[in-house]
Amino acid sequence: MPPNPETWLLVRPEGLYCEPADLFIDPARAVPRALITHAHADHARPGHGAVLATPETLALMTRRLGEGRAGLSQQPLAYGESLDINGVRVTLYPAGHVLGSAQILLEWRGSRVVVTGDYCPRPQPTCAAFTPVACDLLITEATFGLPVFRHPPAEGEIARLLRSLAVFPDRTHVVGAYALGKAQRLIALLRVAGYDAPIFLHGALFPLIEVYRAFGQTFGDLRPATAADKAALKGALVIAPPAAIQDRWARRLHDPVVALASGWMRVRQRAKSRGVELPLVISDHADWDELNATADATQATEVWVTHGREEALIHALASRGILGRALSLIGRGEEDEGGGPETEAVEVTA
Amino acid sequence: MTPFAQLLERLVFSPARSAKIALLRDWIATRPDPERGFGLAAISGELAFSAAKPALIRALVAERTDPVLFGWSYDYVGDLAETVSLIWPAPASPPGPAPTLPEVVDALGKVARTEFPALLARWLDSLDASARFALIKLITGGVRVGVSARLVKVALADHYRIDVNAIEEAWPAVTPPYLALFAWLEGRGPRPLSADRPVFRPPMLANPLGDGDLATLDPTDYRAEWKWDGIRVQACASPGGVALFSRAGEDITAAFPDVAEALRGLHAVLDGELLIVRDGRVAPFSELQQRLNRKSVLVRLLREFPAMIRLYDILFEGAEDVRSLPFDERRARLEAWVARVSPLRMDLSPLVPFQTWDELAGLRAAAREAGIEGLMLKHRASPYVPGRPKGPWFKWKRDPFVIDAVLMYAQRGHGKRSSYYSDYTFGVWTEEGELVPVGKAYFGFTDAELVWLDRWIRNHTIARFGPVREVEKTLVLEIAFDAAQRSSRHRSGVALRFPRVNRIRTDKPAAEADRLTQVLALVENRRDAA
Ligand SMILES: [Zn+2]
Ligand SMILES: [Zn+2]
Repeated sequence: MPPNPETWLLVRPEGLYCEPADLFIDPARAVPRALITHAHADHARPGHGAVLATPETLALMTRRLGEGRAGLSQQPLAYGESLDINGVRVTLYPAGHVLGSAQILLEWRGSRVVVTGDYCPRPQPTCAAFTPVACDLLITEATFGLPVFRHPPAEGEIARLLRSLAVFPDRTHVVGAYALGKAQRLIALLRVAGYDAPIFLHGALFPLIEVYRAFGQTFGDLRPATAADKAALKGALVIAPPAAIQDRWARRLHDPVVALASGWMRVRQRAKSRGVELPLVISDHADWDELNATADATQATEVWVTHGREEALIHALASRGILGRALSLIGRGEEDEGGGPETEAVEVTA
Repeated sequence: MTPFAQLLERLVFSPARSAKIALLRDWIATRPDPERGFGLAAISGELAFSAAKPALIRALVAERTDPVLFGWSYDYVGDLAETVSLIWPAPASPPGPAPTLPEVVDALGKVARTEFPALLARWLDSLDASARFALIKLITGGVRVGVSARLVKVALADHYRIDVNAIEEAWPAVTPPYLALFAWLEGRGPRPLSADRPVFRPPMLANPLGDGDLATLDPTDYRAEWKWDGIRVQACASPGGVALFSRAGEDITAAFPDVAEALRGLHAVLDGELLIVRDGRVAPFSELQQRLNRKSVLVRLLREFPAMIRLYDILFEGAEDVRSLPFDERRARLEAWVARVSPLRMDLSPLVPFQTWDELAGLRAAAREAGIEGLMLKHRASPYVPGRPKGPWFKWKRDPFVIDAVLMYAQRGHGKRSSYYSDYTFGVWTEEGELVPVGKAYFGFTDAELVWLDRWIRNHTIARFGPVREVEKTLVLEIAFDAAQRSSRHRSGVALRFPRVNRIRTDKPAAEADRLTQVLALVENRRDAA
């Protein structure tokens, strides 16, 4: 009989703790030993002792947090490789969320637990594709855990953006996109759709673009928007962190069409309250159907929900005989979807 | 439905008028007939459906969703149509091709009531979320995206590089999806004209005379008329019928059957002022108000408040469009027409002769007669141009009356102002030294003055009656108004027209505010008093 997960996976003030391996997963504050799913600010905090993550995540963390702040020691673990830590076997699988994002499979005494981190089951050009991993216990996110969140195909949203450029050929289109993941995905989608004009970027986006390039991604002609003059940006596409699209930085652009790429744009009130003229429903998270389908595909008999709208997901799982539990981990938010106050731009430039 | 849904979505999130016009132009340019016409009609409210009640939509979604999840979702989204459009569980393979806007419009016109729920469910199954939202808004009559019929016409005019007034004139002759209109605009067909229906022509409007304007104008170039305190109307009489339009183009014929009857059998389009006139005297505006906004009119009202039109311009004489003629020629035509036809319930607004601006200013200052708001100045050579061109026509309103009154009561406002005390009842002194209310003012003050007044009222309240506060009788307000009339409904015996707060007179002691006798001296309609 495998051990009950509650005996070896504990919720502590720092976050989710794997006792036999003596490590925290995505802890909210600095700890001696951390296993990090991906480099977003709400998962990868500064100041840990030892950090275990994919090589991509380690590179992104180091660029975001600064040399020496992304773990005193770093240990890379590639997708599909395993590591034994005090009898706990750790394997990382692609989560499809951002470059380097991983699901964590923990195996201990015959018990299989998967921690998804943030994940997105739809294939993306900018990161390795997600696949469900069979387990007994699934520890999942639920950022978009309400049945009103069903993300449309991203290609259709890109088509709307390109259409808008045609209808408003004199206006600068400034698209808010989170600096890690969303911006790169947006550029890649635009290139796939055949948009080959230069794309102008807010200065805060370049450092992470460089990391993506170092791992072999190509983005075509990218130019700094800050250096370009107003006239050159007429009718051009500018990508900026969400916090920049409403401030003075965006207002100095030419009669801008303000767009925002985020799963939250599905709900009108969200778009209205952010003063967005062109909401683009492009998300790097699983939507409602995908959260449910993934839980089913893993064949887990029990699901713990780390953050998001856990009550609806747990209610839906219960109707299918799956036991759910809300962990309500603190410090997790919506910032990587452009919904929260904290943004990558501030961190990168700070 | 998807292109229409995308248009709606863009319009909802684009506050700028120029952006809305660009979006409408793109729609006109890229969508085929009859989709584009139906789309324009739907967003401007010319095509409205009320096929579905919210209860039906709720019932349909309840059959397909978990009530707990629906409840949480509705709480989160806050709008029923949006919640349903997002939560609707579309089948893995749609039951058929998604309906187009014309197909929806067509089906709504003929579907049997009992078959509608099943049809709606099939439509919702075959559409994506934003098209479902557009569909639900359309069938519940709730497409509101800040686009007026006028804006649609402006976009059409911009797109086809044609004067918007030409579209305005063709509009009454077409109905959604406006096939004949597009055919004409694209050179494929004749201009739509409604020979048998009276058509509204946008009127020519005047600019207020500005401070140094007179000095730049030559008095020999201008004709003066009294500016009457009635309602500007356009009277259309043609072999196919008669109609009376307000300045904004609203058809008010039904409220004035007496005037409409007088137009019957004539053939002209005339511009004038609708007035209540008794024994040759213009009655106060309040009496004209008794006749407004009525679908049918009691015989008693027709007798007590007899209406007529005081004519001052002619747009069409018979079928001849005379709008391009200079003012003096139109005036001559109008005078000759009135002399020849002798129409009932119509007379000529006389020209006011003058030599110099000073002389005219004197006439304006002396005019205290009821029904006169001031003067109109019209250039002798001005053609009749729709809209408000700068220069040819001016309105020179009489100076308002001003009194100093004491604030007595205050009441909370409505809407945006509901948190402020913004309705002010003010009074003046009787000979006995008592304050008597003479009116209520809701505007005239700045936002800063509103905040100041609100605080003053809260700090000087002596009694409260529901939403009303009675205040210390110490604050003097300078009140401007356009006319004073006898009124048996007010204890003071006088009613002020258009009162507004001109200034807050913290410098003036309440005892020095005006007296009722001074206000009564301003009363115009002495007929009742005599
Ligand atoms: Zn996250
Ligand atoms: Zn994330």
